[in-house]
Amino acid sequence: MLDQTTVTADGRTIGGVLMDMRGITLRFGGVEAIKDISFDIREGEIRAIIGPNGAGKSSMLNVISGFYHPQDGEVWFRGERRPAMKPYQVARLGIARTFQNIALFEGMTVLDNIMTGRLTQMKSGMLAQAIWRGKAEKEEVANREKVEQIIDFLEIQAIRKTPVGRLPYGLKKRVELARALAAEPKLLLLDEPMAGMNVEEKEDMSRFILDVNDEFGTTIALIEHDMGVVMDISDRVVVMDYGRKIGDGTPDEVRGNQEVIDAYLGVAHD
Amino acid sequence: MSADFLYGIEVIINGLMAGVLYALVALGFVLIFKASGIFNYAQGVMALFAALTLVGIMEGQVPFAHLLNAIFGTDIHHFGWEVPALLAIFLTVLVMVAFAWAVQHFVFRHLVGQEPIILFMATIGLAYFLEGVGDLMWGSDIKTIALGLPQGGSFWVEDMTASLGGDDFYGFFIDKLDMVATVVAIVLVISLIAFAQYTKQGRAMRAVADDHQAALSVGISLNYIWVLVWSLAGIVAMVAGIMWGAKSGVQFSLSLIALKALPVLMLGGFTSIPGAIVGGLIIGVGEKLFEYTIGAPFLGGATENWFAYMLALIFLVFRPQGLFGERIIERV
Repeated sequence: MLDQTTVTADGRTIGGVLMDMRGITLRFGGVEAIKDISFDIREGEIRAIIGPNGAGKSSMLNVISGFYHPQDGEVWFRGERRPAMKPYQVARLGIARTFQNIALFEGMTVLDNIMTGRLTQMKSGMLAQAIWRGKAEKEEVANREKVEQIIDFLEIQAIRKTPVGRLPYGLKKRVELARALAAEPKLLLLDEPMAGMNVEEKEDMSRFILDVNDEFGTTIALIEHDMGVVMDISDRVVVMDYGRKIGDGTPDEVRGNQEVIDAYLGVAHD
Repeated sequence: MSADFLYGIEVIINGLMAGVLYALVALGFVLIFKASGIFNYAQGVMALFAALTLVGIMEGQVPFAHLLNAIFGTDIHHFGWEVPALLAIFLTVLVMVAFAWAVQHFVFRHLVGQEPIILFMATIGLAYFLEGVGDLMWGSDIKTIALGLPQGGSFWVEDMTASLGGDDFYGFFIDKLDMVATVVAIVLVISLIAFAQYTKQGRAMRAVADDHQAALSVGISLNYIWVLVWSLAGIVAMVAGIMWGAKSGVQFSLSLIALKALPVLMLGGFTSIPGAIVGGLIIGVGEKLFEYTIGAPFLGGATENWFAYMLALIFLVFRPQGLFGERIIERV
């Protein structure tokens, strides 16, 4: 097992294996969405899962976050085999995620949305919170500080009190990232963080992802079908096609892989 | 000031107080509908059941006495003690929480993701089941709640206000029970709002009401929140049951107060706590004022029975989402 630490060219430390997917197979009725896929995610790295539409990337992310349960295979997290878990239990383990189609609490303000990300961190009693006394007060203040720090970090101070339903698409994506970050996750899952964005927004988002990884040392697994951006920001890439893994390695290794090129560009049938 | 004007004000005050009681019932509906999208037909029966349980516990009745006697050939009806009111209320709350857990565990957990109409049908079944259980547990005779709530008009208010008008004005007639109910309802609403705004569970509750998937992803257990919401609705039902039960006795017709809540919900919107309150007040004042100004003089009276439904119909035509409900936007 890969347990030694390595240092990347830009000086970040990549640790041991944080999450290990072993022989994952996921079926919906007769359709195999994921066929016997194994890969690992190491501490501190940015790991991308790419592939054309329908390759099974989102299914894989849903397996990691507990929304789907694979028929075969094992999920290992922090050196222990993870039993079948509900999504909220996975979240409490320290795995936060965002969604392809943005799942925010539209009726709540940006601040309240991000505060829900801290729910797993709150310990004081219900009554104490309602009357705002003792431990609850300190805890709320500490939580607010953390949240404000994230708000500053993602540059969304101006919209703190705005109901999320009124925000444009790109900002919603950023709020969703903020909510996931508020949980101080050990592993952050991003489902197509750049889908539907223009070039400028994509650049912003790439920068935030890199900064999050750099500043907080958060391990990030992300899904994209846009190859260009992903190759620039990730340390290692898994390539999927029709539910199979067809490539795994550094961006450069993957780029040179014939099967990957075929999957993306198509093969001449002659 | 003229006596007519003062009587008008008295009518409005009484209407507001009646409205608070309507709002109390409507609140139970809103809590559950907001968090789970279930229109709980059983809310009225829950109020009846809670009131029956409270009276039964206070009087030291043996639950399921008739059933047990029939099976074991015994003749026991009472434990022979009486439980103080506060302890009885506490025990009733526990019963309602247990009921909430059972409802989630045995019914709605298995219906997650079903059509709203199916969830609605399930609550109809629940209503009849609970009605039967209530009868079986505590018997079907009419009971009185002996919480010591004050009854009748308040002489104090009458004396204080008599001097406002001339010789033909005798002061406001305000029911003492209504005054108590108003205070209790206000306290209940303030605590509910404090709970929803400032506690972790309240925030989680609002989150679940907004988006199930997102709620799961931040570590909220939907089951837990739904049990919590049904428990709160049970407690609200208990308070409504106590107030209405003190007015008209604890009997089957108590469960029909749910029907009074429907127009309130149409007005206020099914998803808004402030809506339930404002809706209740509008209906309360509206029906009393309509009766006083038009109903009694011109229509032969008894308009209170249908006024609320008329108003609700008008709202359904012009503003189906209610005053405070979320806008219904159809995308083509």
